[in-house]
Order: sequence, then C-alpha cells, then structure tokens
Amino acid sequence: MSVAPILKISGLQAKVAEEELGILKGVDLEIRPGEIHAIMGPNASGKSTLAKVLAGHPGYEPTAGEVTFGGQDLFELEPDERSQAGLFLAFQYPVEIPGVSIANFLRTAVQAHMSEGQELDIFEFADMLTERMQLLEMDVAFAERHVNDGFSGGEKKRNEILQMAVLKPKLAVMDETDSGLDIDALKIVANGVNKLIEEDPEMSILLITHYQRLLNYIEPDYVHVMVGGRIVRSGGPEVALALEEEGYRTYESFEHSTNGSSPSASA
Amino acid sequence: MPQDTTITELNLDEYKYDFVTKGEPVFRAKKGLSEEVVRQISQHKEEPEWMLEFRLKALETYESKPMPKWGGDLSDLERVLDEIYFYVRPQDRMQHSWEDVPDEIKDTFEKLGIPEAERKILAGVGAQYESEMVYHSLRKEWEDKGVIFDSIEDGLKNHPDLFREHFATVIPAGDNKFSAMNSAVWSGGSFVYIPKGVKLDTPLQAYFRVNQERMGQFERTLIIVDEGANAHYIEGCTAPVYSTESFHSGVIEIVVKKNARFRYTTIQNWSNNMYNLVTQRAMVAEGGHMEWLDGNLGSKLTMKYPSCFLMGEGAHGEILSIAYAGDGQHQDTGGKVVHVAPHTTSSIVSKSISKGKGRATYRGLCKVYKGAHHARSNVECDALLINDTSRTDTYPYIEIDENDANVGHEASVSKIGEEQLFYLTSRGIAEDEAMAMIVRGFIEPIAKELPLEYAVELNRLIELEMEGSVG
Repeated sequence: MSVAPILKISGLQAKVAEEELGILKGVDLEIRPGEIHAIMGPNASGKSTLAKVLAGHPGYEPTAGEVTFGGQDLFELEPDERSQAGLFLAFQYPVEIPGVSIANFLRTAVQAHMSEGQELDIFEFADMLTERMQLLEMDVAFAERHVNDGFSGGEKKRNEILQMAVLKPKLAVMDETDSGLDIDALKIVANGVNKLIEEDPEMSILLITHYQRLLNYIEPDYVHVMVGGRIVRSGGPEVALALEEEGYRTYESFEHSTNGSSPSASA
Repeated sequence: MPQDTTITELNLDEYKYDFVTKGEPVFRAKKGLSEEVVRQISQHKEEPEWMLEFRLKALETYESKPMPKWGGDLSDLERVLDEIYFYVRPQDRMQHSWEDVPDEIKDTFEKLGIPEAERKILAGVGAQYESEMVYHSLRKEWEDKGVIFDSIEDGLKNHPDLFREHFATVIPAGDNKFSAMNSAVWSGGSFVYIPKGVKLDTPLQAYFRVNQERMGQFERTLIIVDEGANAHYIEGCTAPVYSTESFHSGVIEIVVKKNARFRYTTIQNWSNNMYNLVTQRAMVAEGGHMEWLDGNLGSKLTMKYPSCFLMGEGAHGEILSIAYAGDGQHQDTGGKVVHVAPHTTSSIVSKSISKGKGRATYRGLCKVYKGAHHARSNVECDALLINDTSRTDTYPYIEIDENDANVGHEASVSKIGEEQLFYLTSRGIAEDEAMAMIVRGFIEPIAKELPLEYAVELNRLIELEMEGSVG
C-alpha cells in the first residue's frame, strides 16, 4: 500500500477573482511525502496560477474541484493557516517590505508557527537562524537587511530559500524560482534547495518552471506538462528532456481542443 | 466604542467638586476667556507686573485675530472654547479616582505594559512617581553642572532675568491666534537652561517633573541651550493621555545658541475629543544644530508644525515627524524651516499613516531669504493609507528669494498592498500582525531615532491600533 499523499488535487478549476475568465480547467495531481514534482508549461498555461491558488492568493478563486493538504481541505484554511500546516510558496516575484528586517520577519513567522501559548526564545531563534544561514552559506549580516528592499534578483530568490530553510515546510511550491537568475545564481539557489532535501527526505517539492535548466540541478521524480489550464502529459524526467527537444509546440493541439469545449476534467 | 462617550459619561465636574483635599479651597476661573480670568491666573501665580501686562496684551491680540480658515476644521471650536475652564489649579484637577478612568484607557495601559504607578499619573489620578530616587540623583548631576530644569512658574520666580530675556522672543504672543491665547493664559510646562559647553548624556525627561504640573492645557515651555552645549529633552509619552479637557494649546520656545546642539522629542497620544493646536519653534544661531522629533497620535484635530529658524551662518535644522490619523481623526502636521543666514541646512522627513476615515495632511514651509546663499533644504514626505476610505494631502510651500539655494522635495503615497499582505500571511503571519508589521516598517526610519523604550511603546501602540483594521 502506498503512503497517503501530502497534496491531492482533484478536478481543480480556478479563475481570476472578480473576472469570468477561467485559468485552471481541471487539474489532477498527487504528491506523496519526499517526492519532487515539476510542472512545466508555456507562458499563460496556468502553472503560476496553480501555485497561487494553492497558497491562497486573494486574486484567484477556485471554482470547482478539491484540494487536500495532509488530508485536510486546503480551501478551508486561510493563507497563514496553510503556512502553519506546512505549505510553503517560494514566490516568483518576492515582495519588498521596507523597514522590516529579515530577522524580525522570520522571528514573527516562526512564532506564528508555534502553538498558542508557546513563546519563542529569542536567543534560541538567533542560534537557529545563524545555523540555517550557515547551511545555505549565507552571510549572517544578510538577516539585518530589510526584506527584499533593494535586493538583486539572486538575493531575492536566496531569501526565499532562507525562509524555506527556517520554516521547514512539508511541501514547498517553487514558482519559477529560476526566472531572472544567471547560471551562477541558479546554482547557488538549487544547491540550497538540495541541502534542504537532503536534510529532510520527507519534504515534498513542486517545482514550477518554464525551462528544463532548473531540472538539471534539482532532479524531479515526476514531470508534468501543463497547457491551457490542464496537465496534458505526466511522466518521469524523460518528459522534460523531450520537451527541451521538441518545445511546447507538440502540445498546442491540446490547447486548441480545450478551447470552447466544456471545461470538464478528463486527464 | 468612541472614547468621547465614555468621557462624557464621567461627568467630571462632579469629581472636581467632590474629591478635593480637605481644607483647600477649590480654585477655578470662570468658564471661557476674559480679562478677569487672565488677571486671576496671574494673581494666583503671584507673577510680576510685567507678566500680567504681557498676558493682558496677548488677550487683546487673541481677540483681534480671526479664527484660522486653513488647516483643519475649527468651526466647532468657538463653542468648545466657551465651555472650557481656562485655568484650574493642578491640585484641583487631579482629583478623580482610578476607578473612574474608562476601561478602554485602562485596557490600553495594560496592553502597553505601563507600570502601575505610571498609569495613574497618565490617567491624571496620581501625583507621585515611584522612581523619585532616580530623578533625585539625576537632578543632583544636573545641578552640579548648572543646569536648570524647573517648572515654567519656578523658572519665572527663581530666574527672573534669564527668563525675561528669552521669554516670547522665539514665539511672540501675536505670532498666531493660538500662541496669543497661550500667552494670555499659559500655565504649566518646563523651564530649562543648559549652560555654556555643558553636555548631557541622559535626556532630560519632563516625565521626571511630575510633582509639579506636568502637562497643562496651556503649557508653556522655554528652553535655552547656551553656546556649545548639547542636550536632549523628551516630553510626553506614547501612552494615551487621559485628559478631561478637550482643548490643548501649547507654546514651546527653544533658543539654540552658537554651536549648541539640541534635540526635542515628543510623542503625544491624545484622547479622541481633543483639539491639539501647538506652536513650537527653535531659533538657531551660528553653527547651532536643532532637531525636532515629533510624534502625533490621537486627538480629534492636531495642527502642529515644529519650526527651525536658522538665524546664523551654518545653522542646521531637522524635523522628523510621524502622524497617525485613526478613524475620524485629522492630523494636520508638518514642519517649517526658515533659512535666514548663509550655508544653513535643513531637512524635513515626515511620515503619516491614515486608517479608516482618518486624514493626514502634510503642511510644510521652506523659506529661503535673500542673502542665505548656499542654503540647502530637503523635504521628504511619505504617506501610508490603510483603507480605501483613508485620506492624505500634501501642501508643501516653498518660497525662495535667493538664487544660490538648493531645495528638494519628494513625496510619496502608498497603500498597504494586497501583495505585501499575501507575502507575509503566506509565511504564517496573521493578517492583523502583517498589517502592523508593514506599518512598523514604514515608520522605522523615525522610530529608530527614538530612545528604545519609546520605540517599543510606539510599536506596541501601532499594533493595538491595527487590531481589527482588516476588513
């Protein structure tokens, strides 16, 4: 018997809030503890929308289907509760919070993850943060900088990985973590993620990416191709390699076939 | 619940009659402002003749000046002024008991973690501060250095020449309608003198002076920082001041002499029924350095523009201000810098936050007189809006009569963004806390200039204000 999935998505449809336009048109996906999945797809295929819907972005609205996280109905939870339950979204475009230091931000987040009545010991936190930064080979002075304020693209993405290292999620959804990074920065970020995977083999990862190159550094167990709001192909790493050869052109027919037809899921 | 209701429900007049120390006659001047009231004040304070004349002349000036038509809405003020007592002796004022202080205020003290003794003082029901000992040792140190730190009344009594030489020289009675009013009826406040070359490491805190009248309705403060001296004065605190009055009009005059440095920090948090109209100004001589650090929370309407008049070559003035306009409040604040001499420099950094239907106005003046060549001034004002109903306006007045001057102005308005909130909440932080975090970050450049305990209190207070602000 296989282990229960940490994330189970069935027939998920979603749209932009306050608009009619549907973006996800029936997505099915199961991720078990310790598995690394990659979703690849062309621009506007809905892959980033999936990441945002999972994390509870107020700009998107699920309209059909179910998502369970650790057996719990994900849509019953507010974004902060999803994080507390062990879901983490590494942002494609991390947001600037001027005047708030990374250390302060993370301390508040770690405190929020503790059960009610428990008080975070600030010295223990400082030690933990230092240890996490050392693991990721980051300068501890980085934690005194204001969250993403004036950061380079690479620094922003490293900051996402630091947050992930501190919060130790059960499932990390990484939304185009490779975008805007040169090859050196990409290696540093991937290296950090691999260390966290090594540290916690039970942690699951959902990589969302346009390009194959990230998958050279973080090796997925499963690769899914998303086109037109649906997963149109699933398989092992060979799927990504085939995509690199053929491009998304092969899948365009899928997109056309979904246009205008009923959006019912039939993967 | 609006604070106004609870305060009216208290029926404070009754307490003023009922809880007076035995054997002491109650003295209150009549309601409203008149020559008789002014004479009574002066007589009660046993003032010299010149001060009585000064007060009476100021009263005339007050009466001749029209109500300002700019700034906040003062249309209801005349009615308020007819109803208030322009003079109540401090010992007669502090007679209501702790039990009568509204729960809302007590609750805020509790949440802020204000010590018990301090709470009573803030609520106007206590007269003793438990760390008298701390104060005494500091006072000894100050006395040894020749520093004078007294109530304004004692300043006039004990140092008549020094007092008279500087009093009303920075802010003449006729400067504006409310400085004229204050000049007529002033009562309470501080008199400070820092002798030549004296440098104080510990800030002078008005707080330590609680035995005397601390913060009157018409407080008057006069501070003289002599040549080469260096000091920091702190007035007020972030805890809400529970006041039975609905009108506060202070005048703060500061004389910064040659090469002296001075910082005046004030954080005030008035109850929501208060009109707070304050004139505060520093006159800065050659090579002098003046900093205002001004925080305004609460009140119904605050109109307050700390000013630096840069009179001598190379003088420098700085104004850092934070205004927080909660629902139904109007903070009309900013700063004025006036460059009179060459090579004078100034900077104004103003941050405001408006929540609910709160309104924050930045009103600033930068004036460069002819001859103030090489003057440099920079103004930066940033406004943060919490809700769609919040409002902010910016009125930067710039008047430059000198060709060789460099004046810059930057303004920004931001709204707490959905993306910022989502980012923080996606890390497990609750929405209220996320909101407070963004606001704390916004005021950080100013909060970091505050003494630690004030910064901590200010942050806690903003957290409290943010509770329930998420719609």
